[in-house]
Amino acid sequence: MDGFIIYIGGLLVIAGIYAIINIGLNVHYGHTGLFNIGIAAFFALGAYVSAILAMPPPDPERFQRYVFGGDLARILGPESIGVDLWFPIVLIAAAAACAGVAYVIGGATIKLRDDYLAIATLGMGETVRLIFTNEAWLADGTRGLNGIPRVLEDLVDPRWYDWIYLPITLVVLVIVYIAAQRLAGAPWGRVLLAIRENEDTVESVGKNVFRFKLQAFAFGAGIMGVGGALYGFARHSITPMTFEPFIATFLVWAMLILGGSGNHRGAVLGAFLLWSIISGTQFLQSISFVPAFLADANIRIVLVGIIIVAVLVIKPSGLLPETRTRT
Amino acid sequence: MDFDTAAIRNSIEDLLGEVVFRWARITIVAAIAAVAAWALITRLDLTIIGILVGCIYALGATGLSLVYGNMHFPNVAQGDYMTLGAFIALSVMTMWIPESWTANSVGPFTFSYALFLALPVGIVVVAVLAVIINRLVYQTMLHRAASVGAITLASLGVAIALRGMIQYIWGSDVEHYPRVSKKFLSWNIDFLDVRVLVPPDMLFVAGAAVVLWVAIYLFLKMTKWGKAMRAAADNEDLARVCGIDVDRTNTLTWVLAGGMAGAAGILFITGQGQLLTISGWKLLIPMFAAVVAGGIGNINGAVAGALFIGIVGEVSTAWVQTTYKPAIFFAAIVIMLLIRPNGLFGKSRL
Repeated sequence: MDGFIIYIGGLLVIAGIYAIINIGLNVHYGHTGLFNIGIAAFFALGAYVSAILAMPPPDPERFQRYVFGGDLARILGPESIGVDLWFPIVLIAAAAACAGVAYVIGGATIKLRDDYLAIATLGMGETVRLIFTNEAWLADGTRGLNGIPRVLEDLVDPRWYDWIYLPITLVVLVIVYIAAQRLAGAPWGRVLLAIRENEDTVESVGKNVFRFKLQAFAFGAGIMGVGGALYGFARHSITPMTFEPFIATFLVWAMLILGGSGNHRGAVLGAFLLWSIISGTQFLQSISFVPAFLADANIRIVLVGIIIVAVLVIKPSGLLPETRTRT
Repeated sequence: MDFDTAAIRNSIEDLLGEVVFRWARITIVAAIAAVAAWALITRLDLTIIGILVGCIYALGATGLSLVYGNMHFPNVAQGDYMTLGAFIALSVMTMWIPESWTANSVGPFTFSYALFLALPVGIVVVAVLAVIINRLVYQTMLHRAASVGAITLASLGVAIALRGMIQYIWGSDVEHYPRVSKKFLSWNIDFLDVRVLVPPDMLFVAGAAVVLWVAIYLFLKMTKWGKAMRAAADNEDLARVCGIDVDRTNTLTWVLAGGMAGAAGILFITGQGQLLTISGWKLLIPMFAAVVAGGIGNINGAVAGALFIGIVGEVSTAWVQTTYKPAIFFAAIVIMLLIRPNGLFGKSRL
């Protein structure tokens, strides 16, 4: 029974993190219509920036090859100042780094047409992963960062850690949700919706479409960065392989489409639902009447693909469609 | 970070006067051209390999470009169609035909006559699958007036499902086509002091790609159905009014695109030697780069773009680590789009 409760804790943590990233994607695609298929870029960047800041300096005895570790977990941690102040700081740093990078990349690419932007962001996601794979001095290359410090680590048995981490994840999720929701209802967010519907009309009433798109791109990327950071701490170790396009980009898209893009409730629902399906199907092999192949990891990948296609063909607006407000 | 190029240009023109500005621009373009020419000539060996690689990209990119032109969305699954073709050829060559067939190789090449059996099988299977998927997914979505984004996303779903299927059926190990080792062909170019080393297979593969491409080109230009396809790509409504069955030309587009994807996948793996489940996916970025560089929906442009991308990718390895090639392609697309937003040969669309 313990094993099951521990498993549920881990499942909810990852689902909650995906929900955060999904809200970021919803700001990009659902609200502004930016077709970003390079989520992996911000996912990875957020995880790496926060992990590098929190990690202690490299230990030659453990053959760690990276050159810089911020050691914030010790400097601003319980040992020195009594509280885990470092944790919110690295989350904010991850968000800031992602927003900054998005601002620069977006400045060059966001004016491109929908389909061109998709290709450019696809390249961006691959490039970020390549950099972390090839530059060993940055984050130990393919070996990645291991033993990333965790917040409130000493409170419980490591086996039960996910249940400590779950409320923290959910608090961040709620904060991100409220912030995104409020911004979506504010004049700024309504301009984004208008851009999605018809760019030229917005331009014609004197709004700078480019600037709004860029801001939305940076804002969404910042949210994705927070999600990435939480993911790194949840997994305790990260390698470039963690941010393969399937896990870090396509799964997020499938969640958004399944839940319903354009509203954050749908984004959150999609994340929890699809991750439960993905994670839960591994237990199918223990049930006698289910054919064994359904539990195969590759069949689960097929399942994700089919879910995306089927939802798009049958119910393009997702499970929780966006409610249209009349004016 | 607002790149309002028109305003910047105006202010610079005011400052320097138009003549100076024009000369500055000519100087910059000339400087880039000179650096590029110097790089191409000093590393002629890489340039030649780049042209050969570009021929394969051209085959895949033409398929992408046809779909882009007729169906108006970037088919993200094209790379996985290529992988599928390559794996079907693997099964044909290793399982369906006796081993004695694959023991001897053709002329100076590493492959056996079995390739010529595997090639049509792979082409037909992928083409049929592409048509079926089109019927089930894209055609249905088009009839329901789905957005470009939604259809692109559906093709992403197809790519994911296809890759999962491939991994389930063939496993995720690195595979090889049956081959006999052969010497590389080499030439010395004395006055430049470079030695050009070319694997013989590359020459065959590039040649086959050119033959296939010419066949497609002639089909599009000469036959009734080819003309109908181009008409539908140019203006769908007008084509419909003229009595062209657009659903049928769309099916034909997928036959060609799927067949080319199958052929390109098999040929690419023949040239490269290693077959992974992500081989095709990795080709997607250079192929898209080629399509975008050449101008979307323009198959001649796709070929020019593919040669450009092939050469840029190979020559860059003289100075940049090979592993960064996708980043080079990415940079090439972005720079290309910033200079010519509609590609080398693209027409601006209103």
